[in-house]
Amino acid sequence: MLQVETRTTLGALQLDVALDVAPGRCLALAGPSGAGKTSVLRTVAGLLRPEHGRVVCDGETWLDTDRRIDVPAEERRAGYVFQAYALFPHLTARANVAYALDHLPRRDRGKHADALLERFGVAHLCDERPRTLSGGERQRVALARALARRPRVLLLDEPLSALDTRTRASAARELGTVIAEAGAPTLLVTHDFTEAALLGHEVGVIDGGRVVQRGTAAELAATPASAFVADFTGAVVLTGTARPGPDGTTLVDLDGGGTLTSVERAEGLVAVSVYPWEIALAPAGKPDPGSARNHLAVEVLAVTAIGNRVRVGLAAPQPLTAELTAASARALELAPGARVTATFKAAATRLLVR
Amino acid sequence: MSAVATARTAARRTWFPAALTVALTVVLLFLLLPVVAIFADTGPGDLISSLGDPAAREALKLSALCSLTAIAIILVVGTPAAYLLATRRFTGRAAAITAIELPLVLPPAVAGIGLLASLGPNGILGGLAGDRLVLHTAGVVVALTFVAAPFHLRQAQAAFEALDPAWLDASRTLGASPARTFARIAIPAARGGLAAGLALAWGRALGEFGATLMFAGSFRGITQTAPLAIYERFGTEFDVALALGAVLVALSGALLLSVKLLGRAPG
Repeated sequence: MLQVETRTTLGALQLDVALDVAPGRCLALAGPSGAGKTSVLRTVAGLLRPEHGRVVCDGETWLDTDRRIDVPAEERRAGYVFQAYALFPHLTARANVAYALDHLPRRDRGKHADALLERFGVAHLCDERPRTLSGGERQRVALARALARRPRVLLLDEPLSALDTRTRASAARELGTVIAEAGAPTLLVTHDFTEAALLGHEVGVIDGGRVVQRGTAAELAATPASAFVADFTGAVVLTGTARPGPDGTTLVDLDGGGTLTSVERAEGLVAVSVYPWEIALAPAGKPDPGSARNHLAVEVLAVTAIGNRVRVGLAAPQPLTAELTAASARALELAPGARVTATFKAAATRLLVR
Repeated sequence: MSAVATARTAARRTWFPAALTVALTVVLLFLLLPVVAIFADTGPGDLISSLGDPAAREALKLSALCSLTAIAIILVVGTPAAYLLATRRFTGRAAAITAIELPLVLPPAVAGIGLLASLGPNGILGGLAGDRLVLHTAGVVVALTFVAAPFHLRQAQAAFEALDPAWLDASRTLGASPARTFARIAIPAARGGLAAGLALAWGRALGEFGATLMFAGSFRGITQTAPLAIYERFGTEFDVALALGAVLVALSGALLLSVKLLGRAPG
């Protein structure tokens, strides 16, 4: 269990965050740049000392400003993967990993480093220097290095943002496995809600130095606590299994029931993202006879007014969110418990391989 | 358009690039002429026989000894100081950086007077140094260190500032103390800039004249470095002065070349 409390002033930002993460779980802190996400990671790692703060990992106090405890970064055993990976440019991939192994006898370090690189499928690159590696390869070396000391907590700073879109899907999948296998509490920060939804068991939306809402990605999208969260969550993310459909489309059997059609191609476990404003609602049993291919029978869970818009949280049975004008919501007489049909085009969906 | 008008337009277009070329040619001729003249006047044979002069050899040996000692001091003390300036923000940092750059603009004669006033027999720290510096070889090392240190400090600070701070942070999270991070990450990753700084400082130390003359004097075998020997000989033994000059030109040229190459090397 990782517990973090930090209250401090960073330039114009007032950081005030308290959170906990259970072993084997990943909490994704998502928010715009300058929200204080990375400062939370740095506080846990011992690279930033807050004015007031407490960091406890597995019952061991790493920081307690009241009791004047501040364990130096090198003794905290936090596995930190930096935003651009921060591989040492003058060292080979093997030496980068071996650098973290100075608690082992010198002759064992290389062998150990090679085993770690092997685990991430980059053993053949052990003699390369970082500048000759691709983004995906760098990430693997950085992960191998961060895990070398068997960290008690895993800290990931924008782990996918340095990768091109093609590499991202597979990197995200691998990262999910790494988080599960590491068994340590994981804190991940990202500016991208979809990335947070994909990698985090839970998402904490952070804005202006505070966690404004915490929950599963679907909960946040369905019942945003504020207009900021509603805007930030953007796309709804549903999980399911993809199989080929007619005319080159893809059919996704949603976990918990229901089937969607998407124009994107994918197979196996996927996450489907769709924006709330792409989803239209109609009275139950009377689907819109238009061109949209996806019709899901859903139950209204919550209705949240955000300015002139209304966010409607739906059970489909996975949580789904639609965004309508206030006038449409009144016309449909939407209230919790009402049954309606959610409709959206196959072209409005994006598939991400899990 | 007539042919004459076309020619006039062309002339109007080409006069400025031509003027730039002329200016550069004048600069190159003026700057290279003295260097070329040193070698034109001394053939390789003359050069070697002039260096047979024991006093000239002694001056070169002293120059090498004193400048290398100064460089070692600058390396050991200046590098960590530059690292502190590059990686920490503290009150008085800007003032410290300006103070370090002061010897760069200080006239060497003023540096010599300053050293006498501080470390000379009657200087404010005179009791500490006693009479072990003035008119002694150690005094030469002090003068060279004073004038050459800023070259390395500035270059080293810039090299450390160019490092990605995430490398230093990553090193800490991987179990390395701040000292190990400095030794194993910062220095090797900044080695190109550090070596260039040392080469520049060494070049400055080799040519030092004014501060050395005032603080340590010019005694053969004790404080007379190559530049001081050139000054003493040029009236009486011009050949020896020229030969010493040629050696210094070759050394300085090699240092300049190494600075350029090190500056180009990545990381």
